[in-house]
Amino acid sequence: MLTLPGALRAAIIAHARADHPDEACGVIAGPAGSDRPERFIPMTNAERSPTFYRFDSLEQLRVWREMDDRDEEPVVIYHSHTATEAYPSRTDISYASEPGAHYVLVSTRDPDEAEFRSFRIVDGVVTEEEVRAPDDEPAGAAPE
Amino acid sequence: MAIEVRIPTILRSYTGGAKSVEGSGDTLASLIADLEERYGGLQERLVDDSGSTAGLRRFVNVYLNDEDVRFLGGLDAPLKDGDTVTVLPAVAGGAR
Repeated sequence: MLTLPGALRAAIIAHARADHPDEACGVIAGPAGSDRPERFIPMTNAERSPTFYRFDSLEQLRVWREMDDRDEEPVVIYHSHTATEAYPSRTDISYASEPGAHYVLVSTRDPDEAEFRSFRIVDGVVTEEEVRAPDDEPAGAAPE
Repeated sequence: MAIEVRIPTILRSYTGGAKSVEGSGDTLASLIADLEERYGGLQERLVDDSGSTAGLRRFVNVYLNDEDVRFLGGLDAPLKDGDTVTVLPAVAGGAR
């Protein structure tokens, strides 16, 4: 299960909408070992493509070093699909390299309703998981 | 000659869990060969030696200090004592 504050869910969707029709991508960092996504880090899609994404290599170095300095890890790695479903593709699965992360997929194929789903991808195996707001957040608090 | 090599989570199974190891070599290629002697299997995760020319695997980022080694000669990048080499798997994917 992914516990994700509504404001961060909204931030991911807003990023995906802003970059559409290119795929958007990014990270939400959290304290190492906590499984709590806290710090939203939208990344540049170096491919700038509607069908592929890749973190810019020097930006990734900077962000990974910063997380290390702050004793954080990538709790969520998100990206969007702009014309297909919010489900990990074959390339998503083969390049998934952070076994501890929640892989969030957003689809912006529909202009009105974003699809938002989360998955674990470990050793090539995809497992979908529920996404929930934290217990102390009132229902309906976050805008979409 | 000591070069610090920072290992990403997904490759720590080759280094007994260590996030940082030490190695030596005048070039990135020789450093990787040196690491392979102590951490067998690591080289294959970093280098693609199928085909006519060996090179760093496409979706593995290797950095020498603050630069991407792709711009410093790849496997031929020269190293010196005190350098830090960082390995990060690329974060990538797509619609298909």
